[in-house]
Amino acid sequence: MRDLTNEILELIRLTSSHLPADVEKRLRAAVEKEAAGSAAQGALETILKNVELSRQNSTPICQDTGTPIFYVKYPLGWSTIQLRQMIRTALAEATKRSYMRPNAVDAIYDRNSGNNLGGDDFPYIHFEEVEGDELTIELMLKGGGCENVGAQYSLPDNRLGAGRDLAGVRKAVLDAVHKAQGQGCAPSILGVAIGGDRGSGYLKSKEILYQKIGEPNADPKLAALETQLTEEANSMGIGPMGFGGQTTVIDTKITGLSRLPASYFVSVSYMCWAYRRRKMTVRGDEVMYE
Amino acid sequence: MREITIPIGDDVIRSLKVGDPVALSGVMVTGRDTVHKWLIETFIKQTRPAQGDDLQVYEALKPLLKGGVIYHCGPVVSGLDTKQYKFVAAGPTTSIREEPYQSDVMKHFDIKGVIGKGGMGAKTLKGCQEVPGVYFHAIGGAATFIAQSVTKVLGVYKLDFGVPESLWVIEVKDFPAVVTMDAHGQSLHEVVEEQSGKVLAELLAK
Repeated sequence: MRDLTNEILELIRLTSSHLPADVEKRLRAAVEKEAAGSAAQGALETILKNVELSRQNSTPICQDTGTPIFYVKYPLGWSTIQLRQMIRTALAEATKRSYMRPNAVDAIYDRNSGNNLGGDDFPYIHFEEVEGDELTIELMLKGGGCENVGAQYSLPDNRLGAGRDLAGVRKAVLDAVHKAQGQGCAPSILGVAIGGDRGSGYLKSKEILYQKIGEPNADPKLAALETQLTEEANSMGIGPMGFGGQTTVIDTKITGLSRLPASYFVSVSYMCWAYRRRKMTVRGDEVMYE
Repeated sequence: MREITIPIGDDVIRSLKVGDPVALSGVMVTGRDTVHKWLIETFIKQTRPAQGDDLQVYEALKPLLKGGVIYHCGPVVSGLDTKQYKFVAAGPTTSIREEPYQSDVMKHFDIKGVIGKGGMGAKTLKGCQEVPGVYFHAIGGAATFIAQSVTKVLGVYKLDFGVPESLWVIEVKDFPAVVTMDAHGQSLHEVVEEQSGKVLAELLAK
């Protein structure tokens, strides 16, 4: 089996230092919407300068290089034991090269491992066997500030007047955006999973953040709700960094999971503007990055 | 753009108002979750005994923090092997986690400025009036950009807290930030939360 350690190291470097084009495009568009000379506009201009500098210097866009979340889809013939080892070796090397901050802290003994390797759960790696002959590895880096403002609601919710339907989902998501204020580094991208249990709901709300910004939801009902939520969230005027302004949410992604008759969870993952995600594809001898 | 030199005098602090953009120059110290908890428990409330080099670090911090600035930041640092430290990426972390501690830490050390992101609450705002002090908001995530204003790493304390949680003593030149909480009881965060809360109430009523 081929050793992909160096290629994964390159995936980590790109993810940490090169903001995806679809995100940068939306941030550039957002600058125009803010009042000239406002703190919100200044924040977005600084963000864009930082995006360029990080790309030029191969340095982290954000010092919080986050939880490394890998989704590996492999065809028959690959060993997940070996792939896991390659990922862990690459991650430790990326930390040594300052592409990543040492971020794995033992929760019981409060010790930072120093190399981003914790137990089996850090980095988080999801493996899935697929048909065909292509291996893909997707990486998302999700910082702690935005992770902390994620929220989960169990509907019905009396305080919000939110029932067990899409109208109730709407209220829960708007409440989450308000609670987050500027603490999750707005402008943000929202991942919303309806249903599931407390674990699967949160996981799914992150998984949908691998999708591209602006790709319409295949379900027209959800597509409409996504647009409505982005607009209504922005009408609250929280703005970039919570300074007050036009753009608080860049895009909303919604998906559904099967639920138990007794449970109706709405899980919201809040992704900061430093929406770092990259994909590598291995096909024969070729390795491609997007 | 106001150019501010650290240490900062009370008259300068009182002249700063919410919305003022500033460029900070001088020596500051990074400190976040572990540091604040450690300061409170060991030296302010004294609920745990000082151990190891705690007391030496405390004595070294006192002159650095008097009239000084604490920065909520967990940097990416290169040169860990050689001790030729350099800040590679160094944006602010979310400040609200230090809300239970910040005002007491400010008063204890006479800290005039707190840099972070996301703003802080009523207890810290009151602390800012009493010290007097201000909250400087840096741009979250702008880590490579902000690291360029760090001209020198002068030293580090409590490296055993982990690189992001250590006390890094840094020299900065024209560190960019905006005042979002001032010494006169004004907070941009309070205003935005209240105004957006009114819109939320209307949206929930629909």
